[in-house]
Amino acid sequence: MLGQIVRITLLNLRNLPSRLGSSSVIVVGIGGVVGVMVAILAMATGFAATFESAGAPDRAIVLRGGSDSELSSGIGQDALGIVASMEGVLLASRELYTVADVPKRSSGTDANLIVRGVTGAGFEMRDEVRIVAGRTFTPGKGELIAGRGASVEFAGIDLGSTVKLRQTEWTIVGIFEAGGSAYESELWVDFPVAQSAFRWGGGASSLRLLVDSPERVAELGERVDADPRLDLAVFGEKEFFNRQKGDLADTIEMFGYLVAAIMAVGAAFAALNTMYAAVVSRTVEIATLRALGFGALPVVVSVMAEALALAVFGGALGAAVAYFGFNGFTVSTLSDASFSQIAFDFAVTTELMATGLVWALLLGAVGGLFPAVRAALLPITLALRGE
Amino acid sequence: MSPVGFVWANLHRRPVRTYLTLCSVLIAFSLFVLLRTLAVVFVGGNDLASGSRLVVSGKYSIIDSLPISQQRAIAQVDGVDAVTHQTWFGGNYQDPRNFFPKYPVEPRAHFDMYPESVIAPEVLEAFARTRTGAVAPAELAAKFGWEAGDKIPIEADIWPMRDGNRRWEFDLVGTYTFKDEDGAQPVFLFNHDYFAEATGIRGIVGWYMVRIAEPQRAGEIAKAIDALFEHSMNPTKTATEDEYSRAFAQQVGDLGLMANSILSAVFFTILLLTAVVMHRAFRERVPELAVLKTLGFSDGRVALLVLGESLLLCLFGGLLGICSAFVLTPVVALFLEFLRLDFELHWPTVGSGLGIALALGLVVGVPPAVAARRLTIAEALRRN
Amino acid sequence: MESIIDLTDVHKSFVKGSEVVEVLKGIDLAIGKGEFVALMGPSGSGKTTLLNLVGGIDRATAGDVVVAGEDIGGLSSGDLAKWRAANIGFVFQFYNLLPVLNAERNVELPLLLTKLSAKERRRNAATALQVVGLADRARHKPGELSGGQQQRVAIARAIVADAPILVCDEPTGDLDRETADEILDLLDILSRDHGKTIVMVTHDPKAASHAKRVARLDKGRLTQEAA
Repeated sequence: MLGQIVRITLLNLRNLPSRLGSSSVIVVGIGGVVGVMVAILAMATGFAATFESAGAPDRAIVLRGGSDSELSSGIGQDALGIVASMEGVLLASRELYTVADVPKRSSGTDANLIVRGVTGAGFEMRDEVRIVAGRTFTPGKGELIAGRGASVEFAGIDLGSTVKLRQTEWTIVGIFEAGGSAYESELWVDFPVAQSAFRWGGGASSLRLLVDSPERVAELGERVDADPRLDLAVFGEKEFFNRQKGDLADTIEMFGYLVAAIMAVGAAFAALNTMYAAVVSRTVEIATLRALGFGALPVVVSVMAEALALAVFGGALGAAVAYFGFNGFTVSTLSDASFSQIAFDFAVTTELMATGLVWALLLGAVGGLFPAVRAALLPITLALRGE
Repeated sequence: MSPVGFVWANLHRRPVRTYLTLCSVLIAFSLFVLLRTLAVVFVGGNDLASGSRLVVSGKYSIIDSLPISQQRAIAQVDGVDAVTHQTWFGGNYQDPRNFFPKYPVEPRAHFDMYPESVIAPEVLEAFARTRTGAVAPAELAAKFGWEAGDKIPIEADIWPMRDGNRRWEFDLVGTYTFKDEDGAQPVFLFNHDYFAEATGIRGIVGWYMVRIAEPQRAGEIAKAIDALFEHSMNPTKTATEDEYSRAFAQQVGDLGLMANSILSAVFFTILLLTAVVMHRAFRERVPELAVLKTLGFSDGRVALLVLGESLLLCLFGGLLGICSAFVLTPVVALFLEFLRLDFELHWPTVGSGLGIALALGLVVGVPPAVAARRLTIAEALRRN
Repeated sequence: MESIIDLTDVHKSFVKGSEVVEVLKGIDLAIGKGEFVALMGPSGSGKTTLLNLVGGIDRATAGDVVVAGEDIGGLSSGDLAKWRAANIGFVFQFYNLLPVLNAERNVELPLLLTKLSAKERRRNAATALQVVGLADRARHKPGELSGGQQQRVAIARAIVADAPILVCDEPTGDLDRETADEILDLLDILSRDHGKTIVMVTHDPKAASHAKRVARLDKGRLTQEAA
């Protein structure tokens, strides 16, 4: 029996190229489903990774009480001093956080770009930040460094050019990376320069702390809460960014599965169509085999094998297109939490591609099963007459 | 039997094939409608955004406040009918997930600015007179079970009260509705006077809404307003409400592009599938087509019959797909509810769907139709 | 007798690969109105080619083909189609009915080219089916009919538009003797009672005997005409 199955299946697969035209439907159809699904899921994965990779467990963010974003936060000089000198704080960076309208490259329309004023301590505690082109800004000067994502997404954010943020001109002297995190969507400038350029007065938006251990973060929070002089909130940096991620990644993921599911139904019809046609074109061959004494099962298996082979081919094609077309592709969107543009890269992971192939196989199985059964049930005499 | 009936009968030669193809086309078009709708929702912005209203905001960013002194100056610009202001309050009701916008406004001027918002005169009167008063859209009130007389607590993030207290309490005096619920933005409104007094920050607003009498002069009036403040501490940027919401939607990202890329993939597949099916159907029928020609059907008429099959298949599939999108839309809208967007079908989408169905039918049908036209009877019959 | 089909020095050649094959080598043939003529001859003698020329589904390489008062060599393909619809009814060896349509609709098909209303079309189709004795099979599809029945439907289709000429290519070639005779009787009736001119290609001497005249073809020439 097994021998029969193998022989018929091989015979059939060898003839596959002669049915290339109609077979391409199943390949392209399933390829389309897998490609679109993997691409959308890669977007969700990339978006989530941007926030998940941001932050370190031994870093904390201090905001004004009640604020859950740096944009709506503001802290006075005195409070900054009190927190910075608390026990367990190794480094404290006062930071200024604002947004400016800069046109996006893709649409040409203005979008909110984050501008962050940082101090030397800010660089020191963020060891993931690396200048990849140019140099860092000179303290006291109207210079800035741009995150890689900001540079890709916004018009005029190029090394060496100048950009007008609010009323002041800035020279872009460097491009930095920060491990693919959300920081890469920002422009960084010298804190005191930002303070005067953006008319900020004495305080800061927020305070970044490097502490001596991850456990210290919660303990600091309690201490701040207990201090009557302070109306502040302390968050672990990781937790903070995770919250910023919000629902968007889940939404995109759900959207991806929804679109893929609808497309999959369409592709299943296409696959069925192709496989029915394949069975019709092989009617005489199948009937002859049956007349010669081959069983029904080998026929079923051979049709299923054809469907699955085509499906795997289509799935691989789709995954490849998604990988080569989208992996690392940078886009940006408005983040709810920070009210500004977050740039992120599509991440076509092997996991996603495997998911795509599983879908392809399922579709192939659906597309092959009914025609296979029909092929097996063909009345031999009728089939031999080619009807 | 009519010619269309004949074409229909031909499509039933292999019913399984026809119906499977029909289903694929159907799916493609329902996806088309859903994705286009989504793109329209994002890119098209607010339907109710009007060309006769302008938004005046801070030049450098929407987050910048503007001094209230500008209101009088704007009102005096030639062509300006009315001016009122709004401010982004932020804040959370119970949980950050219960998001809805909250603006401190000038009650009477606000409802004068938005004739599409309907409020009972006595409610508006109570709203204007109650210092801590607030009104909510009826839908929002129903969602949270609020009734007139309830105290609504809001935890502030941007605007703590002067004494540092972050818990605001508003007295709901009633609700308002929209003439047309579609695309209406449900905003929780309260008195700007109370806002200024409680925060101790007087003379600051978020942005201005300006009504103009002649929408065609919008560009000119916007320039005139911006010119007023160009060299002040608070330069402005003025745009029609329409442009404004479009620009904001652009910030979300190019969803239109994404929807179009997906649709290209889908339609390419459908095109291929239908083309293969129609080609197969044609090849099977060569002798029959020749018979039609012997009966006196002209070359053109035979070509039309063949073309008609593709057209009928694609248009019918497209129509079914669009109809099923009507059914699917509320379901998808449910999925996307948290996007707080109004997800509904637009007639232009339906129209372009049918247009594409027609184009698909032509692209798929023309090659076999041309082949059918060229078919010479004597040769085709010999193949029999 | 007034002739309805007039062929004068008709030649027909095909290009086969690099070779030109002359199938008809100067045919002169006149067929009178209402005549029933059988064309006989061995395979490859050019019978079917000649029939196709008469039926206006192929064109002569040289010579005049005048049928029903029209020199059809000069007609455009569109005019030729119209001319066929009005003047010629075809009957084929393998019936060539459309499998997706039932008998009545197959018969109705040529009427789609006329200005008749849907109701009139239906009535004419029903009448034609009655003439061939198949009124009770109107709703059956070709696959549900026997060969003889299918050929009757084909004949009904050929006469429904009132074409004066029937062109039959081996109409009994696929049928058993008894059924063949029935079909031939039907053709007799059409010739005798309805005044149809019938040109029939056949291999079967018994079929040819129904004709009033037999024309024999060999190697592209008419060899003999017998009354």
